[in-house]
Amino acid sequence: MKAVGLKTDPQGAALRVGPVSAGRFSFLGAAPALTVATFALPIAAGLAGTVGPAFGYLPAIGGHALSLDPWRELFAWPGFVSSVKLTLSTGFAATLLSAFLAFGFCAWASGRAWAPRVTAWLAPILATPHSAFAIGLAFVIAPSGWIVRALSPWLTGFDVPPDIGTVGHPSGAALVLGMVVKEVPYLVLMTAAALAQVRLRDHVALARSFGYRPVEAWLRVIFPQVWPQVRLPVLAVLAYSLSVVDVALILGPGNPPTLAVLAVRWFSDPDIRLWYPAAAAATLQLLLVVAAIGAWMLLERAIAAAGRRVVARGRRASALSMISAGAAGCTMLLGAVAIAAIAGMALWSFATQWRFPAAWPSGVGLEGWSRRIGDLATPALNTIVVGALATVVALSFVIACLEAEPRLRRAGPPPALSLLYLPLLVPQVAFLFGAQVLLVRTGLDGSLAAVVWAHLVYVLPYLFLSLADPWRALDPRYARTAASLGVSRMRVLFAVKLPILARPVAIACAIAFAVSVGLYLPTVFAGNGRMPTLTTEAVTLSAGADRRVIGTWAVVQAFIPLIAFLAAVVLTGRRDLRARRSAR
Amino acid sequence: MNALELTGVRIALPGRVLVDGFDLVVGAGQCSTLMGPSGCGKSTLLAFVAGSVDPAFDAQGRVRVGAADVTGWPPDRRRIGILFQDDLLFPHLSVGGNLAFALHERVRDRDERRARVEGALVEADLAGFAPRHPSTLSGGQRARVALMRTLLSEPRALLLDEPFNKLDAQLRDDVRGFVFEHALERALPILLVTHDEADAKAAGGPVLRFGEGALRG
Repeated sequence: MKAVGLKTDPQGAALRVGPVSAGRFSFLGAAPALTVATFALPIAAGLAGTVGPAFGYLPAIGGHALSLDPWRELFAWPGFVSSVKLTLSTGFAATLLSAFLAFGFCAWASGRAWAPRVTAWLAPILATPHSAFAIGLAFVIAPSGWIVRALSPWLTGFDVPPDIGTVGHPSGAALVLGMVVKEVPYLVLMTAAALAQVRLRDHVALARSFGYRPVEAWLRVIFPQVWPQVRLPVLAVLAYSLSVVDVALILGPGNPPTLAVLAVRWFSDPDIRLWYPAAAAATLQLLLVVAAIGAWMLLERAIAAAGRRVVARGRRASALSMISAGAAGCTMLLGAVAIAAIAGMALWSFATQWRFPAAWPSGVGLEGWSRRIGDLATPALNTIVVGALATVVALSFVIACLEAEPRLRRAGPPPALSLLYLPLLVPQVAFLFGAQVLLVRTGLDGSLAAVVWAHLVYVLPYLFLSLADPWRALDPRYARTAASLGVSRMRVLFAVKLPILARPVAIACAIAFAVSVGLYLPTVFAGNGRMPTLTTEAVTLSAGADRRVIGTWAVVQAFIPLIAFLAAVVLTGRRDLRARRSAR
Repeated sequence: MNALELTGVRIALPGRVLVDGFDLVVGAGQCSTLMGPSGCGKSTLLAFVAGSVDPAFDAQGRVRVGAADVTGWPPDRRRIGILFQDDLLFPHLSVGGNLAFALHERVRDRDERRARVEGALVEADLAGFAPRHPSTLSGGQRARVALMRTLLSEPRALLLDEPFNKLDAQLRDDVRGFVFEHALERALPILLVTHDEADAKAAGGPVLRFGEGALRG
């Protein structure tokens, strides 16, 4: 029976309900609205709860009168100007460098036989939490780290670690490096996904027949076409680099720190009067990100205009080929640094003794692990439970949204779903404090539900972004065929769609789980310190614990999401292979 | 005058020979037509001439354009123009931007470049279309822009890979006439691949037919 779609929303936006069995209210029709409400409302409330105290309004601790004192206090703080400068310089440097290296690498690698396989190599790097990488990187670049050890004492003459502050350098160079190592693979993967949507081969072949070399052709013809799809990931990198807390705590300068770290430091100070300037700093953080995104879009326009002029000039040879090869070289060097970072912390975790200039530990064994395994148990369990719950809840929301799409009678997703990108752009610190105040008021702070919700805010968008394309690409005739056999929608979903899409679903879940494992600030704020996870503990320990201890935590933190990825790939691998063979 | 010359071309997949011992000379201002069922390797042969054959194929033989032996050269050095089934106008550039992209870099002066682009549009009966987006053009207009774009790159030979295939019957005659008129006027050697007899007839040159088996010289 064909039911006529009934509008429940006069605006006809998100709540338009398509054919509904027996005319009942459809959960599916409301799924996009429910999904958006799950995170958009708390984010809005959290932002309000942060902006209020920035102007002196925080009734919970007696702030009833509006005033500008929090701002005066923030501006009067001695390190304020340097902190803002540091935030902007590291944020933009990390984003520009990441984008330059990622796109340079893609331009250089495109069309090579091995290029399609690169994505498989990048997935493990993507799964590793930011903080685990930052910890590993500190092991490599610190004055007592692997690089100096490899050159000492035979070249440098150092018998004790030199007194040079590489990690935590006031310029923020280590912080930038830490972000770049992690964001380049992300942008390369996003670009690779976008490349599938353009006619890469044909357009490059055509441009080459006009006399353009491969890199020149890619940058002139392919890059402008994929840019609209990678713009959002780049903006997410910009927003995240400007407001990152965990990596900045591990690799960034301590005094003055970046603005986000400053806000967190004041928020967690025992002196609750510092909450006011902290809220002002968090609000300023939000303004900085908004202004930075605006500036980036202006920059994008200028580059696009300049690019069109270059293309119109028609010059076939330029320095771009060399520059792109250089970027690719740097990217591969970064890959080596990333591998060294992971290997370094693994080695530390097994070391029993590793004195300074030695490049290798003088003793390795399992004693350290057996001693620390007890401390790891609870945080590891918390990490897995929170990650699994957030992933399962997010998956149900996302599938409900995607199932609702064809019934919403419009091409593409409902516009409300573009709000999904909000959590990727709003600085965490700007709404988490307000959200925490709300949670404390309702007595939910520190509960499992609160932490799972805070994770959901980030897990949902990533799960949606990774599952939406394969889900939409599924040939609708499978479901139609099944339905014509008299099978219910639910059974079509579970017996037809999910089995066919098992691999993309499993990989999207692994990505979502990895996102959850890596979350630092949302766990700290929503958990109110009572829900330790591997990431929160590792970041805390990185401030000064024994390297063997930090190494152990970082290794477990890095390997749990990796195991999820492996499981996703291995468990659904054979099915995929069979499908591909039959497709030939 | 340039001629396009293929000698001893052999193209094979593991376990299957598509083309073997194939020789062909296409004179300047002449159009040779290759006909055959889909999958017989005629498009692969064109890709081989253009230098962009998929590495999965084992392709051997020599390609000469005029005095130059371009065998082994990368496609961007060969100066062999190609038109595909789709017009492949770049969606991120305007009509004028598409033409300027292809216009040979020898034309340096900005005003002269603009004049050459506008001249090509006039030739295509599309005067004033430079600022338009390709998606606002009709199928026939797009096909004409695609040809002018390829000709602006000053190729020494032209390959046509079923370029009229996706046009409807009436339009096909117009576009076909336009392509041959402008390409032959530049005295280019043309190699056309098609499975439409009318294309072969309009081309007016020799016709080679691929059978069920491999094309042999």
